[in-house]
Amino acid sequence: MKKIYLDYAATTPVDPRVAKAMLPFLSQKFGNTMSLHSFGQEAKLALEDSRQVMADMINAKPNEIVFTSSATESNNQALKGLALSERSESKGKNHIIISSIEHHCVLESAEWLKSQGFKITKIPVDKYGMVNPKDIGKGIRPETILVSIIHASNEIGTIQPIAEIGKICKQKKVYFHTDVSQTFGKILIDVKKMNIDLLTASSHKIYGPKGAGLLYIREGIRLVSLLHGGGQENGLRSSTVNVPAIVGFAKSAEICKKEMLKEGKRLTKLRNKLIKNVLKIKNSHLNGDPIKRLPNNANFRFDFVEGESLVMRLDAEGIACSTGSACSSMTLEPSHVLLATGLRPEQAHGSLRVSLGRWTTEKEIDQLIKVLPEIIRQLRQISPYGKKA
Amino acid sequence: MAKKLNTCSSLYTPKVMATFKNPHNFGRMKNPDGVGKIGNPVCGDVMHLYIKVAKNKKREEIIKNIKFETFGCVAAISTSSMITDLVKGKTIKEAMRLKKDDIIKSLGGLPKLKYHCSVLAVDALHKAIEDYRKK
Repeated sequence: MKKIYLDYAATTPVDPRVAKAMLPFLSQKFGNTMSLHSFGQEAKLALEDSRQVMADMINAKPNEIVFTSSATESNNQALKGLALSERSESKGKNHIIISSIEHHCVLESAEWLKSQGFKITKIPVDKYGMVNPKDIGKGIRPETILVSIIHASNEIGTIQPIAEIGKICKQKKVYFHTDVSQTFGKILIDVKKMNIDLLTASSHKIYGPKGAGLLYIREGIRLVSLLHGGGQENGLRSSTVNVPAIVGFAKSAEICKKEMLKEGKRLTKLRNKLIKNVLKIKNSHLNGDPIKRLPNNANFRFDFVEGESLVMRLDAEGIACSTGSACSSMTLEPSHVLLATGLRPEQAHGSLRVSLGRWTTEKEIDQLIKVLPEIIRQLRQISPYGKKA
Repeated sequence: MAKKLNTCSSLYTPKVMATFKNPHNFGRMKNPDGVGKIGNPVCGDVMHLYIKVAKNKKREEIIKNIKFETFGCVAAISTSSMITDLVKGKTIKEAMRLKKDDIIKSLGGLPKLKYHCSVLAVDALHKAIEDYRKK
């Protein structure tokens, strides 16, 4: 039996073309970008070429791109860096707006800022996980520094009206940050058209290596640095530059850009087939927006069964997916994203996320469609619910 | 991306996985002598245990039959199945002495985060016996 990977939203394998591009930078072109000699300058050139590729991806300038180690670092840097900067500039600003379905790294950064005296507003979402831009407009106060909204949910795939939110933030003169980890390389992003001031993207979600991320910072915005040292990345992010990972990140972005339209169509077709067939199972539901969702994301819930059991049964069949069930989390709490869409904890308990990617085939989707009903039937047999008394 | 199948899990022991995939004594019991229904306030798992009580040759009360229904994770389902195996045929006195650690040991261990599932199983059993005694 061959294993089937359907958890591309968690992480992706490195594309062999990306690995090939990275390889020379491990043992041959290993220089430190800060060195004056040819070894260092070779690495520096590769870094700056990569920066240009990333700038072109989102219609930004190269000097507006800072490479980081991850999306988590970028999000921490964006929120904390801007909040601390705006407070230190004695503008008396202390308020940040986020949505209730942000990734943990934004939620926890906001929590930390709260402990430092900042005020946080969490904008609710509707049953599809959608933010209403009007709510953001209403939430903005004179002391608001920043609005941070995730472009597409990593769990339920709902794509937010980012351009509209960006427009409101521009009108009201507050900064707008968005985490595009799940859309970068999948959906066209233009920071100018969308009025984005700060943007987070990640390498390992787009067939690049783990250990690289980026933060776009619109020219003129000042952030307080979180890492102090040698002054790399224009003084914002000290650390010896991870050139192999960044070269890989840039190569993976280039490939995504070239294949975006075709791949988006292919995945949408496969995903729609999956959704159509899985919803034939009795008492099954789709989480997230039925239309405005990531081309590679399907998130279901099945009444009367628990998600971790479901994931482990599928794993035994060689199929890898994920769940927002409380049982699968380190805190034993159900997914805050599913709860934010209005689901009760026991409904979130039975969630299953299937995320498709570059190597997903129709045969693999057919296999999932084939085995899932029987697994759910068996788990429901064990469950006290969903049976006639 | 297709890879060769590898069934090991660093989360659960082989015994837990085997029990989870092939649980014993599940389903609803008709006319049980005692029922223990319990919900886990920590994670939301729900367990129902049904017992049938009879007397052995020494006139001691024994758990003649036991069944479970569980809405929960791998640990909840495997501990449910294990507790039914451990107490089936035992006297009520013996069953009452069963501790969560006995279940964990029989399963070859559980992740610390999942210990509460074994507590759930023991609590459900106690509730079922209590229910029987009330009748």
